[in-house]
Amino acid sequence: MSGWSELSGDAVALRGANIDTDQLIPARFMSQPRADGYGGFLLHDVRVGDEGHPLNHHAPQVLIAGRNFGSGSSREAAVYALVDFGVRAVFAPSFGDIFAGNAVNNGLLAAQIDEELCAALMEALGDGAGAARVDLAAGCAAIAGHDFDFTLDPVRREKLVNGWDDIDLTGQHMDKITEFCGARFAAHPWAMPTPQ
Amino acid sequence: MSAPMTLLDKLWDAHEILQRDDGTSLLWVDRHLVHEGSHHAFAKLKERGKAVSNPALTFGVVDHYAPTRGGAVAPDIERMMVTLGENARTHGIRLFDLMDPGQGIVHVIGPEQGLTLPGLLINCGDSHTSTHGAFGALAFGVGATEVAHILATQTIWQKRPRAMRIRFDGMLPSGVTAKDMALHWIALLGADGAQGHAVEYAGSAVETLSMEARMTLCNLSIEGGARMGMVAPDAVTFEYLRARPFAPLDFDAAEADWRALSSDAEAAFDREVHIDAADIAPTVTWGTSPEEAAPITARVPAPDSLGSKAAHARASLDYMGLEAGTPLDGVTVDQVFIGSCTNGRIEDLRMAAKVLVGRRARVPGLVSPGSSRVKRQAEEEGLAQIFTDAGLEWAGAGCSMCVGMNGDLVESGKRCASSTNRNFKGRQGRGARTHLMSPAMVAAAAVAGHLTDVRPMLEGRG
Repeated sequence: MSGWSELSGDAVALRGANIDTDQLIPARFMSQPRADGYGGFLLHDVRVGDEGHPLNHHAPQVLIAGRNFGSGSSREAAVYALVDFGVRAVFAPSFGDIFAGNAVNNGLLAAQIDEELCAALMEALGDGAGAARVDLAAGCAAIAGHDFDFTLDPVRREKLVNGWDDIDLTGQHMDKITEFCGARFAAHPWAMPTPQ
Repeated sequence: MSAPMTLLDKLWDAHEILQRDDGTSLLWVDRHLVHEGSHHAFAKLKERGKAVSNPALTFGVVDHYAPTRGGAVAPDIERMMVTLGENARTHGIRLFDLMDPGQGIVHVIGPEQGLTLPGLLINCGDSHTSTHGAFGALAFGVGATEVAHILATQTIWQKRPRAMRIRFDGMLPSGVTAKDMALHWIALLGADGAQGHAVEYAGSAVETLSMEARMTLCNLSIEGGARMGMVAPDAVTFEYLRARPFAPLDFDAAEADWRALSSDAEAAFDREVHIDAADIAPTVTWGTSPEEAAPITARVPAPDSLGSKAAHARASLDYMGLEAGTPLDGVTVDQVFIGSCTNGRIEDLRMAAKVLVGRRARVPGLVSPGSSRVKRQAEEEGLAQIFTDAGLEWAGAGCSMCVGMNGDLVESGKRCASSTNRNFKGRQGRGARTHLMSPAMVAAAAVAGHLTDVRPMLEGRG
């Protein structure tokens, strides 16, 4: 996965709280191989048949969403759908914890903004698209005429910028892991499953 | 003397291999549970040329796509199960496949096999992994990249969540269950009310719950935003585990360790919530988020009365085909579903059967036991007969109509009283209208043909 530190593109507002991962990608699409692309599944059942849905008219890199975005199921496919659609950053007042972790593992920025700013951005964007610029290193963004700073966990920032993968990061600790494993099962033999 | 610790701290510290400068911990994973949906993670592992580092701690199960009603299996569903079987064989992972007498939903079979134990760190690529916290385990759902990481290293990077305790004190009224406790607190605090926190459930009304009920409570933690839920293990926990297939051989030594797993009396929580159990009524959802729930005795709320949640409520009522002010008791349903990792255990089926015995369902419905073991037990106890006598369909074990991946779907526009965990738009099928409630309340809805208070139906039935 390649990292990114700045992006310029379009932002679109997705109205409403609790856009959960079942909406982001309905379960029936999840048996498909990723290689075929998941972008077409994004918000499929919400979008298809709703002529006015902004994602039927725009292909934004940035989304402004309501609180509790990405709540629910741990399905990483919800992030695949966003990323394959071309989205690289989502700003919302709050995110599902598992979604937020999945996002960073796939190069998607999920950044928290307060309700007030969120409402202002949504109003500025209306049903259309607005120009957006996001600077990861500086932790700032300019969207539809609003300049603002956002906070981001430093490790998440590092992972996004470098396109890092945890498996790489963990490799250097294998000795410690092996040592821990030995000590754990020696001290707590019950923790090892009884062979059947 | 060391500082008083929460149960979360004790579990965390016991699994922390190291901590990065930014406070993120590398945690040891004692049990890793995989299912058909883990195919993305196995593909990632293959791409990286990695092996499963600790197959003896990894267990697989067919559940999300498991067919429950016989008949032909669609090729893409078949492929999901075959792929899991191939991955399990390739990596030497013990698999509970469809033929296995221990097959069932991952969060039902982990505990019933004794794979879930107090003091363990348990991960699974499924958000309802919080269920296993009912045993005093540190259990949480992870995404596919994290599944691949655990497969490759038997560890996970994680930031310690804040500690939150929800105390339910007092007596739970008759006919009110752990499901109602969960929907009650989620309605109170919101679907993101516990985000960033691990929730420990405590108080007299939790201590008196069975293991099945504690699992229901912990299962729904994620619906309130908490990735982890937990209950300190006690005599009820140990009794449940003692004779399980994978239970430790030296059970007494294990139990001695487990007795230390509770929050110290003076332990400080980042957040504490107190709820009087006596205030909880049978609760149903009326909207499309688990926080949109109310006592069955209430009316569908007016969105304008809900402040910042008004817009969501308006959209919910539109989707659900409901009008503000309508009494919840009386909302007609088209069908019912009993099952899922939330409420598909033997006790759940007993509660539903208690309502249904000697009665007929007015609407069609599906009952899918949480595991093959639960299925056999329910058949031996005569519960299956009660369901079929009432006119409901008795199916095989799996995730079934909770998520519909296996084709058990609710048709668009149909209203389903469901013992599951999510009333999200489209969760049970495109356009499906889901009302969440306890299995007993689902049974009552089946008999009445509409949402209704189960309590009168339980009178004189012990």
